Amino acid sequence: MELIIFLITAAVAVAGAVAMLLSLNAIHSAIFLLINFVAISVLYVLLYAPFLFAIQLIVYAGAIMVLFLFVVMLLGAERAEDTRERFVWQRPLGLTLSAILLGLIGYIALRGPAPEARVTNHQFAAPERIAEALFTTYLLPFEITAFLLLAAIVGVVVLHTSGSQAGKRE
Amino acid sequence: MTEIIIPPIDWRVAAQLSIIFGWASVLLVIALFVPRSRTRIIGYLAIVGVIVAAVAGIPLWGVNAETFSGMLRLDAYSLTLNWLFLASTAITIALSLDYLPRQGIERSEYYVLVLFATGGMMLLAQGADLIILFLGLELLSIVLYVLTGFAYPRIASEEAGMKYLLIGAFAGGFVVFGIALLYGATGSMNLRAIGETLARQALTPEERTYLLAGAALVVVGFGYKVAMAPFHMWAPDVYEGAPTPVTGLLSVGSKAAGFASLLRFLVEALAGEWQIWAPVLAALAIATLAVGNIGALTQQNVKRMLAYSSIGHAGYILFGVIAAGATDGVAGQRGVESVLLYLIAYTFTNLGAFGVLIALEQRGEAAWDMGDLAGLWNRRPWLAIAMAVCMLSLAGIPPTGGFWGKLYVFTAAWLAGMGWITVIGVIIAAVAAFYYLRIVAQMFMAEPAREAPLPMDRALRVGLTLATLGVLILGFIPTPAIDLVQRVVLGVRG
Repeated sequence: MELIIFLITAAVAVAGAVAMLLSLNAIHSAIFLLINFVAISVLYVLLYAPFLFAIQLIVYAGAIMVLFLFVVMLLGAERAEDTRERFVWQRPLGLTLSAILLGLIGYIALRGPAPEARVTNHQFAAPERIAEALFTTYLLPFEITAFLLLAAIVGVVVLHTSGSQAGKRE
Repeated sequence: MTEIIIPPIDWRVAAQLSIIFGWASVLLVIALFVPRSRTRIIGYLAIVGVIVAAVAGIPLWGVNAETFSGMLRLDAYSLTLNWLFLASTAITIALSLDYLPRQGIERSEYYVLVLFATGGMMLLAQGADLIILFLGLELLSIVLYVLTGFAYPRIASEEAGMKYLLIGAFAGGFVVFGIALLYGATGSMNLRAIGETLARQALTPEERTYLLAGAALVVVGFGYKVAMAPFHMWAPDVYEGAPTPVTGLLSVGSKAAGFASLLRFLVEALAGEWQIWAPVLAALAIATLAVGNIGALTQQNVKRMLAYSSIGHAGYILFGVIAAGATDGVAGQRGVESVLLYLIAYTFTNLGAFGVLIALEQRGEAAWDMGDLAGLWNRRPWLAIAMAVCMLSLAGIPPTGGFWGKLYVFTAAWLAGMGWITVIGVIIAAVAAFYYLRIVAQMFMAEPAREAPLPMDRALRVGLTLATLGVLILGFIPTPAIDLVQRVVLGVRG
């Protein structure tokens, strides 16, 4: 049963990713990316990580995708501008590197899973466990991230308002 | 459902950090109630916070503790660096108080962001865990991107901010990937734990490969931060485009913080692999010296020249970093001391030099050309003297702070057995003296090409005096500073 669900979601995820890369319209790309995100969130459930499943849906599929769509629509950049490639060497290089990566993944997959890599404890990624780690061992990184985000927000506001003020002055 | 118990926190370790982050957040709120014409008040309040944090550190001397599950550490090393960061922040804010209104970019958020940057630097000095080092690096970088682009409508500033952002994001990627490999190899992100795993020699050859690859990536990431060749390309453009006080902060604070964590990382986690990383870093140090100093020779723009000179100085500091990892105890200790002493001298000197540029810079026009300094002695003798002191210190001529820094760095490198590399360093230092002295000659011997600049503001004068006096005091009475750094012990020797 698990295997069937895995195969279906994996196929959807790969199809979504490929379609995202190939579609010329930025809005379509964003929607395909959304499909990809949702499929991956199902994979998290299969890996016994319900918290990551929820976060993936809420943060990535919810918040970030909406932000993407907003930006694309606000900028009016739905159409791909100029599809002519500026760097001719980019495509062959990218293909070569992906082929190498694929080969490596295939090699590791064929070698079989490492014995210690099997998850024996299905409570490993339960929300309670994550909360506990976040507020005990990783309390400091958690707090610093708060300040990191605050500093970033202040920075965005500063840059934005100084830009619009300059626009008014002109 | 189990109850989560937050482990006890040793607040002594986090005291200075908490003061800076807390005060920055409070200032953000206070700024709402301060009228726009009085934004300066926030600057003064920020300086007060910095002084409080520095004073709070005095009773902490001698504390050697860690908290937050071993992620944050306070020892003589990080406390000394914290003081250095606080001093450079205070001087930077003093230099900005007059500069910002003159450029028409005064906003209260500037001071808050500078405080956040200081917090990021402290995290880099105190972090004993790769996660903290990464978060500190990101916090510092994000704030500096914004500060670099702070004069946003000005194209040069915008371009500099954008370039710095792209390069910085790239460098951040290197660090994260490196950390992932290190974790994969050793199963820990704590620097000491990694060091102990290495010392036990419990790694398989495969794991060791991952470890070295991860370490290389982390060094590359920090190499961008400290502008070490060949990762220095961004520095001249960013330094030139950023508002001048921010350039000062970039060239001293961010560089010192990058070296602080690089040194801790290499000495605490990777001392066991010194045989491998020392020659690599030595080659990079020579390349950095060559690129920085040869680049500086040809510059007509003083701000760009200082950027190249700052790249060059990263090379000298690298000598100390290499020596610090040496297996020979004396050389290692001398290496740590030399890095700290060099950073202290370099911080005051560079802030002084940028302070003079700020004093010369008038609204909407840049006075960074070599010709703008011509005959400064006749127009503003004190400014000329301050600049001359700083240039002599950068060149490493006694009796200035820079001389002692260079002396210590070269001694440490020599003790660590890098004989011929030290000789190359000394030769390049002698060549570098040329372009510093060229500026001195311009100021004292050439005829003035421009009329006298605007009278200086009090805060600017205080900041400039502090920086210059720092250089001179370090030069004439180096014993207190040397005493201070000699008490700093790092890594396994501790």
